[in-house]
Amino acid sequence: MPSTFTHEFNTSAFKAKVSFSTGLFINGQFLDGSDNTTIDVINPTNGKVVTSVSEGTAKDVDLAVDAAHTAFDTTWGLHAPGAQRSILMSKLVALMEKNADELAALEALDNGKTFNWARNVDVAGAIDCIRYYAGWADKVTGQVQETTEDKLTYTRHEPIGVVGQIIPWNFPLLMMAWKLGPALACGNTIVLKPSEFTPLTAIRMCHLINEAGFPPGVVNVLTGYGHTAGNAISSHMKVEKVAFTGSTLVGRKIMEAAARSNLKNVTLELGGKSPNIIFEDADIEQAVNWAAFGIFWNHGQTCCAGSRIYVQEGIYDEFLKRFTEKTRSLKVGDPFAPDTFQGPQVSEVQFNRIMSYIESGKAAGAKVEIGGERHGTEGYFIKPTIFTNVDPSMKIVQEEIFGPVGVVIKFKDEDDVIKQANDTVYGLAAAVFTQNLNRAINTAHRLKAGTAWINCVNSLHSNVPFGGFKQSGIGRELGEYALSNYTAVKAVHINLGHRM
Amino acid sequence: MAAKSIYTKLFGRALLSFSSRTLYHSSHTLSTMASLSAHILIRAANRELEIPTGLFINNEFVPSADSPNDLIHLVNPATEETICSVVAGSVKDIDIAVAAARKAFNTTWGKNVTGFERSKLLNKLADLMERDQDILAEVESLNNGKPFKIARDFDIGDSIQCLRYYAGWADKITGQTIEVDNKTKLAFTRHDPIGVCGQIIPWNYPINMWAWKVAPALACGCTIVMKPSELTPLTALMLSKLIAEAGFPPGVVNTIPSLGSVGGVALSTHMDVDKVAFTGSTVTGRKVMEAAAKSNLKKVSLELGGKSPQLVFESADLEQAANWACLGILYNTGQDCTAGSRLYVQDTIYDKFVSLLVSKAKELVIGDGFDEKSGGGPLVSKTQFDKVWRYIESGSAQGAKLALGGQKRPGKGFFVDPTIFTDINANMDIVRDEIFGPVLAVGRFKTEEEAISLANDTSYGLGAGLHSNDANQCMRVSSALEAGTVWINQYNLLNNNVPFGGKKQSGIGRELGSYALDEYTSVKAIHWNFGEKLDWPL
Repeated sequence: MPSTFTHEFNTSAFKAKVSFSTGLFINGQFLDGSDNTTIDVINPTNGKVVTSVSEGTAKDVDLAVDAAHTAFDTTWGLHAPGAQRSILMSKLVALMEKNADELAALEALDNGKTFNWARNVDVAGAIDCIRYYAGWADKVTGQVQETTEDKLTYTRHEPIGVVGQIIPWNFPLLMMAWKLGPALACGNTIVLKPSEFTPLTAIRMCHLINEAGFPPGVVNVLTGYGHTAGNAISSHMKVEKVAFTGSTLVGRKIMEAAARSNLKNVTLELGGKSPNIIFEDADIEQAVNWAAFGIFWNHGQTCCAGSRIYVQEGIYDEFLKRFTEKTRSLKVGDPFAPDTFQGPQVSEVQFNRIMSYIESGKAAGAKVEIGGERHGTEGYFIKPTIFTNVDPSMKIVQEEIFGPVGVVIKFKDEDDVIKQANDTVYGLAAAVFTQNLNRAINTAHRLKAGTAWINCVNSLHSNVPFGGFKQSGIGRELGEYALSNYTAVKAVHINLGHRM
Repeated sequence: MAAKSIYTKLFGRALLSFSSRTLYHSSHTLSTMASLSAHILIRAANRELEIPTGLFINNEFVPSADSPNDLIHLVNPATEETICSVVAGSVKDIDIAVAAARKAFNTTWGKNVTGFERSKLLNKLADLMERDQDILAEVESLNNGKPFKIARDFDIGDSIQCLRYYAGWADKITGQTIEVDNKTKLAFTRHDPIGVCGQIIPWNYPINMWAWKVAPALACGCTIVMKPSELTPLTALMLSKLIAEAGFPPGVVNTIPSLGSVGGVALSTHMDVDKVAFTGSTVTGRKVMEAAAKSNLKKVSLELGGKSPQLVFESADLEQAANWACLGILYNTGQDCTAGSRLYVQDTIYDKFVSLLVSKAKELVIGDGFDEKSGGGPLVSKTQFDKVWRYIESGSAQGAKLALGGQKRPGKGFFVDPTIFTDINANMDIVRDEIFGPVLAVGRFKTEEEAISLANDTSYGLGAGLHSNDANQCMRVSSALEAGTVWINQYNLLNNNVPFGGKKQSGIGRELGSYALDEYTSVKAIHWNFGEKLDWPL
């Protein structure tokens, strides 16, 4: 019997007792892992164990894939009309709304993000996303092509089948919604692996999925490690598609595993080192606010974090002064305190990784304008950090840090900054601040990135596609675009009179 | 051209003469130095053609930068005689071609040229292809072996149409504008060209696959480094010449004949190639995708193998079904990724249908491509010939019964006659593996359910066909077949505006139609804030 997680939240933001099974979710049931092992879930504010959840391994992936196949062949896929899929998804949305505070509290507990952010962005965004795709479920259309009068040719956009989804720990619930929404809308069945660091909201969602009335096996969720469960999913011969959000390093392995196994389709949302460009004619106060939001939001654990801040020389000093002041005003601390902006980094591994980047920046001769050290003595807190005096060869300029660490770099003109901004293997996002219409458009168009923000940063909408150029990924999530990640196009040629 | 006279002219004689002229001398000239063109005599048409044989980079034919002595020798599969040699591109040559493509992308193509201009140039290329269709067909036939008329009327005719079809798309690439907040924000998407595309094409339809790859890529504004098959690079080089003549800026299309293990690997692992499109075997497709994953995570589209089923139900027009079934397995001598190589017939009509099928299949003449009687040519190479024969022998060894074929021809040329096996079971190699030759495995079924389960019992999912006059059955079965293309009461016919590609291990992505545009564009979402103020801290 899998254990039950019971926790009493007694915070100013949320007071309630929660209690739910933390088993693997396979075929609508909560189960122990085949190896009877568990994974400890850690509270990143103090490094202490919150609870243990069942661990899924390769054998469990097999069971989940079988359940998903049965569901696909009998109760979901082409057996459940779009309107019915839409209704079930809407029911799930209603249940998420009903339990929104609890979901936010769970997210804050194992991820360390603030309750307020979790409630207003992660949970609200997840609800919005599933509702958006519920609306698509009965609007998946193919084309009819005109060929000749003795022939009818049309396309069906069929569900792909059993899809594997591997999601990260930085936005656990939101990434789950981004994955579930389009996959369910298109009629696929799912084997989803949440991150071993942040499985709580995903497991809680499984209870809501049952309550909403999805047939067993449509959604299966296994908490597990990347090298075991993740690898089993991406190399599985009966998983027809794998969608992954995470690091470029792992994304590469997923694609290799797909190539070596059954050539499953792959979509990847990977890392970034996104530039944020501030021209002299920008509204400087707004640019400062957005730049701080761009790099420090979610503790810098955002794949599209605006981690390279390019400031035109004429306003460089003024910007840096104001930006440093603004950064100083950010409150780091308890995720459940109402005025906290930034909680701890998600794990000790991440904490150490970020601290080693900070040390490497210092060692390479970059100047710490603010921050540059841990916050407090307990947990994985890091002070918001700004580096200047950097050069393009430094690791802190080249590599994704995934923490609250930004570099501020001076530039001359448009050509100079485009060249610098595009000098990266990544291409996830980019932002431009200017009041000049032509400059805004021109710069946004020349940036090699899947998302370009003009006078804003980190702004996402369920109906606008998101994904990477270059080594930041393959495919697009969100919007109508994501539907093509979860459908297989079949062209049907009907001969009405062409005699051979 | 009277069929008989051509046949007489060709029969028993050398088809070709070969001469070459050395146009290039480096400072240390070698006697084996590759020439940059070859003269080929097409006896059937009584004309001599000068064909480029260098690497095509920046609109010029050039020798290899670092391996001037490496040549690829081309063989006429009907006679086993050497046609000529072309320069074999090295890894360095791929680098040079990629750099040329990158430069073009950044200066004269990509976002530097309007869709209208791209459309005009693509149409111009189609005009030139139309002008040269006879000589292109002659060389295609010579190098690949397929009948001249089929090359001209199908491969080339279709390719011209494909170029025109995508010429029409070049100025119609659209993104979306997306309502987010009408008072403060606008989001819109741009479908940008991906950049430099590596394209690796096979030898079974050298011109046609060239067109399928080049047309959507150019329409979207990408630049190209094309690697034609080492077996059949000649027409790709001739088409490259037309690229320059049409007026495409230098570097937009570059062509590097090379071995897969050299040029193919170099392209798929290249750090400055943004996308690789491959048509060929599943084994190689896997490697291409792995290389993409290991290098710069370039985008990948794959059109791979198949073991496509055809189902004949009792209500079908049997005469027509037999014709289409023959076309399905015998067209292009079975060297077709959608070849309908597994045929399942309902038991009530099995005997009648099989005898009809055998008699129809017998009527096909496999012969020299310049013989007008030939409906199919030889297999492309000795390697393919040996591979197909290994399968035919394994079919017999594993207990299948030969209903037609199975006899080797004497003499030169890689000819294999139509071969039909019956009494098959699901474990036989001839039922499981892609043979890529004119070899059909025929099985029987009782019920529709059984037919579907037999049809889907494969790791492939490229094509599938069904023959039935029951409209409801057609709908049910076509929905249940796991394939990217389903033909109802026909087989193997494609249209440029209808997508084509594989489910399961037959590939990733779709070619043709508006769908192919997705393979050559990269979506950028632009979020424009024109009124939202950010309060900070939040």
